[in-house]
Amino acid sequence: MIAAIPISLEVNGERVETQVLPRLNLADFLREHLHLTGTHVGCEHGVCGACTVRVNDEIVRACLLLAVQADGGSVQTIEGLSDSGEVDDLQRAFRDRNALQCGYCTPGMLMAAQDILKQHAEPSREQIREHLSGNYCRCTGYQAIIDAVETTARLRRGGAS
Amino acid sequence: MKAAALAYARAKSVDDALQLLAAHGDRAKVLSGGQSLMPAMNLRLISPELVVDIGGIAELRGIAVKDDVLRIGALARHVELLRSPEVGAYAPLLAEAVAHVAHPAIRNRGTLGGSLAHADPAAELPACMLALDAVIVLRSGSGERRIAAADFFQGIFQTALSAEELLIAVELPVVRKNVTHFFHEFSRRHGDYAIAGLAAWAIVEGGVFADLRLAFFAVGDRPVLAGAASALVKAAVTPALIAKACATLGGELDPQDDQQASGDMRRHLAKVLLARCVATLLGRPELAGRAA
Repeated sequence: MIAAIPISLEVNGERVETQVLPRLNLADFLREHLHLTGTHVGCEHGVCGACTVRVNDEIVRACLLLAVQADGGSVQTIEGLSDSGEVDDLQRAFRDRNALQCGYCTPGMLMAAQDILKQHAEPSREQIREHLSGNYCRCTGYQAIIDAVETTARLRRGGAS
Repeated sequence: MKAAALAYARAKSVDDALQLLAAHGDRAKVLSGGQSLMPAMNLRLISPELVVDIGGIAELRGIAVKDDVLRIGALARHVELLRSPEVGAYAPLLAEAVAHVAHPAIRNRGTLGGSLAHADPAAELPACMLALDAVIVLRSGSGERRIAAADFFQGIFQTALSAEELLIAVELPVVRKNVTHFFHEFSRRHGDYAIAGLAAWAIVEGGVFADLRLAFFAVGDRPVLAGAASALVKAAVTPALIAKACATLGGELDPQDDQQASGDMRRHLAKVLLARCVATLLGRPELAGRAA
């Protein structure tokens, strides 16, 4: 019998103290223990990007991290970014440009898109494409997603839409 | 799928990790960044009884130059290799190669030591270690040993590491004069596993190779340091000489067929890479098309 391990971490600014089995990955922990179901689970082996979250301010695959590894860390999910308004303009740009259809990839896509927007004020389409290359979308064909990210970058620089 | 049940131990120090490995042997697996181990566990390709998490061991971090050696701790993450001024100055090949490894979210977690210990034959970093003549530092309860990269990689996911050893660091000789490098890989999409790739390091003096190390990856069961390079060193490089080196290379490689490419296609691409590499490093673009 394997015992649960106590962990203490911050999730979207709130302290969480609980116990988890070591095999539990961070994506399942967020979804099933904290009911933060915005983090999606696609491939469960690091290929699709649907489970992208921030740990200690860097994007990671939540399916490739054990929940116990996040002990002592800070996790931000799409719920956190959405509630704080950090990606409000990005979400609007996705809606306006039809950059989502079924929506399954969208939380991970927004996490990765916000990551490049934080790193580059004026990313080229090629840089956006490269930064999102680890996030699969099976609906849109990507062009609209790149457009939405590019538009958001321009608006954040104070440009016209 | 999800990983099978496992026990978890967070090692506080290298000694602590070595004691755990000595006690559990091959029933334990070392967890570094987890970007190869976690997929393998989630797919149930492996189900270790115990995972030893070395992620918090400060001793395994750090990138520093001392006495003409660039030492990189096993826990150096891909993103740290990309941003490190020391790597940029003394091993720019490594920084260039890392940009081809997977995607940003993976590079934020994946580590150099993890990639080397995993030893995927299609991976970029093992080939870079061959090209850069790295020494790989391993430690067990009975002491430390240093092993040349060429002897470390022994087959698909096979290395010289024993179940009771930990990869501590890599050491790269710093060469300051007339050094140049080349990196290219063919893959279906940026960040995917290579179909064929080449990491090369050279010293070029007066338009001639004083030294040339060609490390091919994804064309065999381990990265291959091509013997074909020797014909190009201290020689006036001509199209005929490149053709001869390509013929030698073709005989050295034994690439596998898989769903991405046939062995013959991989062998062909390796020759194309050799010709383009030589043309690029010597600044003679007319040589690039002389592979066949």
